[in-house]
Amino acid sequence: MIPENLKANLEQRIAAAITHREAAVDVMKELQRHYGWLTDEALEEASQLLGLSPLQVEELATFYEMIYRRPVGRHVVHVCDSVSCWALGGETLLESLAKLLETESGSTTADGAVTLLPCSCLGNCGEAPCMMVGEKQYGRVTPEIGVQIVAALRLRDGSTNS
Amino acid sequence: MEQILLKHTHHGRCLSFEEYRFSGGFEALAKALKDMTPAEVQQDVIDSGLRGRGGAGFPTGKKWSFVPRDLPGPRYLICNCDEMEPGTYKDRVLLERNPHLLVEGMALACYALEVHHAFIFVRYGYEQAAGNLRQSIAAAGRSGFLGDNILGSDFSLELDVHQSAGRYICGEETALINALEGKRANPRAKPPFPAIKGLWGQPTVVNNVETLANIPAIITGGPLLWKNLAATPEAAGTKLFCISGHVVNTNCFELPLGMTLGEIIDGPSGGMRSGSRFKACIPGGAATPYFTEAHLGVPMDFDPVAKAGSRLGTGGIVVFDQNTCMVAVTLNLIRFFARESCGWCTPCREGLPFVRHTLERIEAGRGESNDIDILREHVHMLNYAFCALAPGAMGPVEGLLRLFYDELEAHILEKKCPFKKQ
Ligand SMILES: Cc1cc2nc3c(=O)[nH]c(=O)nc-3n(C[C@H](O)[C@H](O)[C@H](O)COP(=O)(O)O)c2cc1C
Repeated sequence: MIPENLKANLEQRIAAAITHREAAVDVMKELQRHYGWLTDEALEEASQLLGLSPLQVEELATFYEMIYRRPVGRHVVHVCDSVSCWALGGETLLESLAKLLETESGSTTADGAVTLLPCSCLGNCGEAPCMMVGEKQYGRVTPEIGVQIVAALRLRDGSTNS
Repeated sequence: MEQILLKHTHHGRCLSFEEYRFSGGFEALAKALKDMTPAEVQQDVIDSGLRGRGGAGFPTGKKWSFVPRDLPGPRYLICNCDEMEPGTYKDRVLLERNPHLLVEGMALACYALEVHHAFIFVRYGYEQAAGNLRQSIAAAGRSGFLGDNILGSDFSLELDVHQSAGRYICGEETALINALEGKRANPRAKPPFPAIKGLWGQPTVVNNVETLANIPAIITGGPLLWKNLAATPEAAGTKLFCISGHVVNTNCFELPLGMTLGEIIDGPSGGMRSGSRFKACIPGGAATPYFTEAHLGVPMDFDPVAKAGSRLGTGGIVVFDQNTCMVAVTLNLIRFFARESCGWCTPCREGLPFVRHTLERIEAGRGESNDIDILREHVHMLNYAFCALAPGAMGPVEGLLRLFYDELEAHILEKKCPFKKQ
């Protein structure tokens, strides 16, 4: 269940919309922020808030690249695989990260820390190769720099856990 | 070279609202509200020759003139900042440096169209751009440039920012309208065109960020001054070209429309990287057929580029050097388009994965001679898809067949990619 204040915020957002479902993407994003991914429970809650059937919300959730209907790690790393990044070594970057994380592109590390995903153009082609961690963009990411950035994520996790 | 859109650039940081005002910002809006009728603003935009910067190059003033002003209910303006076409990042650069230009441009467009509620549809990953816009909208509201009775006139306007969650198809204007309404973003049938029946069934104009950001300069300096910023008499205004690939300076530049491709690559782009020779480029974003050395003299303007067999598109130029396999480039592009197909219509949903599969086999050295016919047939057949995504996707395939036939054939005859070192 979502906290009352989040629910109140979302209700306010929906009330400001011209039709309820106009707020659907905002609502899904906020619920995902809360749960980490769009769980079945979140889907149910979104549908109640928006006055849609769960199926109607599912239809939207499965459409968008940045809405996750499966669990993801604490950090989601997106590596651009579109043409400008590809031309400057984007494939090597993705491979290096997969190797570092001992996981395949498209999956989550065994400890649940990092999900590694290829993604469509991040709109940062002048600084290829690019990646995005959460909502933060990084440009000119050589495999070495990429490995440093992702390794630092885990270190940071480690220090907050201990 | 005079600049309109990026002239305020201060070391790449975002211009503050005060700085914008101090340098003449919102004077165009004040002038229009005081001295011009909505029809006069629209006429200036028609006279300027401004064509849409979102890809299709449709004349902006003409698009506006299709909007009926006498139907009951509201009209809407939507600014398209979906910008998900690979090789394209101009709208982000513009909004990261000067979001106020778009806010003023939208206010002018809404005045001309007699619109009182407009939306800016921003893709995911553009947090900075969206944040800048929200701040600019708030500041403009505090200064009386947005909201009720702007500058004491009868004109009122509300601007809303919508942040999407990522799909290329959301940039197609009718799919965008569905996305904004909170529906699955499949495209809608045209006609009715959005100008007649768009957002919530009401007359709606969809314009690109860069298109709208040009309006203040057209109003301030007049349409002719603006038109003459171009490099040729036929072209109108400046254009943001965003460069990527194997050149030295991979940046976004504001350049006169009509500069030749060669001038853009050797000039602001700084030429090829050391060890690289120019082989080909994508001239206008991922959905445009390639240009080669033979095209370096083509003026980068809508009609000359179309005459030379491609499209100016978004102005996203991706440059490739002599070591690049054009089959591999095309495969990369088709993977993108096949993934981003929304699945609504059969030709696109089934056709693009089939083309991808065919190119994968050719690139892996398992191609057969009739694969070339298969590709050719699909270039033709995907024109019958429901929207412009699939025909656009086949642009690079068409270019591959026309310009790099030998390279394609070599993959099949030699049963391997000639560029791969074994
Ligand atoms: C698949 C597809 C994606 C598109 N993506 C964008 C986009 O991201 N931004 C954009 O301005 N136009 C995009 N367009 C073009 C729009 O449909 C529309 O023509 C444009 O926004 C109109 O604005 P303009 O007249 O100012 O160019 C896309 C078109 C298609 C078919």
